[in-house]
Amino acid sequence: MSRAALVTGGSRGIGRSIALALASAGNPVAVNYASRADAAEAVVAEIEAAGGTAIAVGADVSDPGAVEALFAEVAERLGPVEILVNNAGITRDNLLLRMSVEEFDSVIATNLRSTFLCTKAALKGMLRARWGRVVSIASVAGVAGNPGQGNYAASKAGMIGFSKSIAKEVGSRGITVNVVAPGFIETDMTDALGEQVKEASLGGIALGRFGAPEEIAATVAFLTTDGAGYITGQVIGVDGGISL
Amino acid sequence: MDRSAISAKLGELLVNELGLEEDKITEDANFEQDLEVDSLGVVELVMAMEDTFGVKIPDEEAEKIHTVGEAIDLLNGKLNG
Repeated sequence: MSRAALVTGGSRGIGRSIALALASAGNPVAVNYASRADAAEAVVAEIEAAGGTAIAVGADVSDPGAVEALFAEVAERLGPVEILVNNAGITRDNLLLRMSVEEFDSVIATNLRSTFLCTKAALKGMLRARWGRVVSIASVAGVAGNPGQGNYAASKAGMIGFSKSIAKEVGSRGITVNVVAPGFIETDMTDALGEQVKEASLGGIALGRFGAPEEIAATVAFLTTDGAGYITGQVIGVDGGISL
Repeated sequence: MDRSAISAKLGELLVNELGLEEDKITEDANFEQDLEVDSLGVVELVMAMEDTFGVKIPDEEAEKIHTVGEAIDLLNGKLNG
């Protein structure tokens, strides 16, 4: 059965792969973007070329008014959001002693506040449908911590605690809320890291390689199916064993 | 729609949509204590009231609804106030 899906930060990287996977599963997909309209339109074109349905919708998901407008537009064009993927995220890495309040707050706003705003906005429609899937993309950093990422790890750990709480709030209504915690995935975000950091990271990965965005998307797509209906409040590590 | 019509329509909603027992529904009945509606159920009730009666009920007004009578009064105020 097809359900309207919204992927925040869906124009690039992991979000793009998730949008493609949800569309190929037969769901109409809203590809949200913050600044890269061209990239989001390219994802829409790719979905449409494969016979799927998608729209691109720009919105700063850390802004309450923008989130309200985003959900109104998606509801009008695709129907109420029944699959929400909280994927939008940024990094502003710095050692704590050098980290500014702005670096801390901006990461919390884009990663965590957006998860709160979008999940809240999606819930009414899900309650009406008595069915819903919320999947938030956290990080191994939110589980294990990572030097230089105090802000990012805090935002991701926040998404985990948030998701577990909401899973308990809405579980009785057929709505599941889960978290996928990627390890080292090859995207623009990790490309920004130096070769030295990448080499050092490889040694800690049991599978001996970095992950691909498609490997995160496959897990997310599974969690949105009816078959995953008994999984809620979980943090699924898709990390090649880096967290072991 | 006068108050008694609102009351009848809300009663139907409570029985048909929320599955409440008709003979327990009185104006004094407290949703959580007497009708065993959980806190999320009250939120759902407010959403159903918005859909059925075509009104907007902001959170600060919704929080004041504890009994069936209060729900009727709120709707009456919006539709006839």
